[in-house]
Amino acid sequence: MLKIVTAVIRRDLKLAMRRQADIVSALFFFIIVVSLFPLGIGPEADLLRKLAPGVLWVAALLATMLSLPRLFADDHRDGTLEQLALSPHPLGLVVTGKVIAHWLVSGLPLALIAPVLGLQFDLSVDALIVLTGAILLGTPALSGIGAIGAALTLGLRGGGVLLSLLVLPLYIPVLIFGAGAVDATVAGLGGEGHLSLLAALTFASLGFAPWATAAALKIALE
Amino acid sequence: MKDRFNLYRFASPATFYPLAGRLIPWFTALAVIFGLAGLWVGMLIAPTDFQQGEGYRIIFIHVPASWMSMFIYLVMAFWAAIGLAFNTRLSGMMAQALAPTGALMAFISLWTGALWGKPMWGAWWVWDARLTSELILLFLYIGYMALTAAIDDVRRADKAGGLMLLVGVVNVPIIYFSVKWWNTLHQGSSINLTKSSMATTMLWGMLLMAFCFWMYSIAVALVRARSIMLERERHTDWAKALLTGAEK
Amino acid sequence: MIYWKSFSDFLAMGGYGFYVWGSFGVTALIMLIEPILASRNQKTLIARLKRQLRAEARADQRNTAV
Repeated sequence: MLKIVTAVIRRDLKLAMRRQADIVSALFFFIIVVSLFPLGIGPEADLLRKLAPGVLWVAALLATMLSLPRLFADDHRDGTLEQLALSPHPLGLVVTGKVIAHWLVSGLPLALIAPVLGLQFDLSVDALIVLTGAILLGTPALSGIGAIGAALTLGLRGGGVLLSLLVLPLYIPVLIFGAGAVDATVAGLGGEGHLSLLAALTFASLGFAPWATAAALKIALE
Repeated sequence: MKDRFNLYRFASPATFYPLAGRLIPWFTALAVIFGLAGLWVGMLIAPTDFQQGEGYRIIFIHVPASWMSMFIYLVMAFWAAIGLAFNTRLSGMMAQALAPTGALMAFISLWTGALWGKPMWGAWWVWDARLTSELILLFLYIGYMALTAAIDDVRRADKAGGLMLLVGVVNVPIIYFSVKWWNTLHQGSSINLTKSSMATTMLWGMLLMAFCFWMYSIAVALVRARSIMLERERHTDWAKALLTGAEK
Repeated sequence: MIYWKSFSDFLAMGGYGFYVWGSFGVTALIMLIEPILASRNQKTLIARLKRQLRAEARADQRNTAV
């Protein structure tokens, strides 16, 4: 079972490495969007510090949304997806592999660059640590839940916008607890409660989402 | 085969279409009767609230709309599950027929909630758990309607929409239990199965309006369901017979 | 039985008139427009499908006549 997942991860990573431009541009989108906010709001440090968790999280959500169609579209276009669906291996395991690979090239880079961006907003070291941890903990959920949306909208025209419409409401709990963890740390209350709920969301979505996604793929491929 | 009345007959659009047509006037009448009764009790008979004054009367719309927004979603999710499990056509049609009404109920809940909240608690909107999850419910309805509209193949649309509904159904218990789990702005529940902390006339007004909204939702959904059935099944014999024979 | 002393009291709703009638008004509007739209949709649909059937029937006649 683990071999299927690792095989899929390795394949998807290899394919992603051939198209590094996609990954890098999503990352730069994140950087640019986050940097736009201080320019738009003004340099007042207090205000920026208060807005930082929300701004960083919303930008992370949007950057993830941008990279979601890639999850299945390329394989669908050349027929690989159908072969994967027809294979004797459980489609849910294949999806798990794809979701993990997706997180490695989208969520993980976001988490690594977030503390650097957080400095623009004058966040304290504690807050930056919690922010990085929260994004690390929450982005797998974003990849998992996003996969469901990507599968439901496979091949549809207007797919990207429709995908956002479907997935963003489901992202809201991750946003609330992710940003809330940093807010709580800044307020001195400690982010553990929020982080544990975030962890619960991630584990629940990684356990449940691949099977919903597999069902959605079968519907889309009929 | 048993010699009894078989309900499964109505699982076919050919038989359900005329049945729905006969039921619509009844549900409309019930909606009007319950509505008039509820408004009479709630707006004319019920006394004022000691703490909130006359503004509390919004409850006669806000609570029924909120209940219906959650209930309709659950019914849609139920039909989605049936459709995915048994590959029935009618269940997908019913879910699509219910969606706009559910969305409007969620909107009414949020709208009346804002108009209630502003004079009472000083804010049109707060980001507490119940309000946020009701807003998410509205987004889920809109997302469902957008998804089903974007898919040309109706069978795929039904199934994809159904799956989406089932993924989002976890939101409904969150709305319902949020006031118990989190102690924030929205007030706790005043009604459970055995007792209530509301005055009797107020309670009756609310229950009558709740039934009104329920009957209304069924009536409108049946009208829409008939349109959906006719459109999808227009090439079948029963539909052609209906169109060439009927006047309405 | 009736709680209100006068009609103007009823309209004023103890000062909350704007909020109460804003709620009831929008709801009443929605619950009038929605069913009207749904039944008009049904009527237009039936008319369109009837037209299509007639057009198909005429096309069939022409084909079989030849």
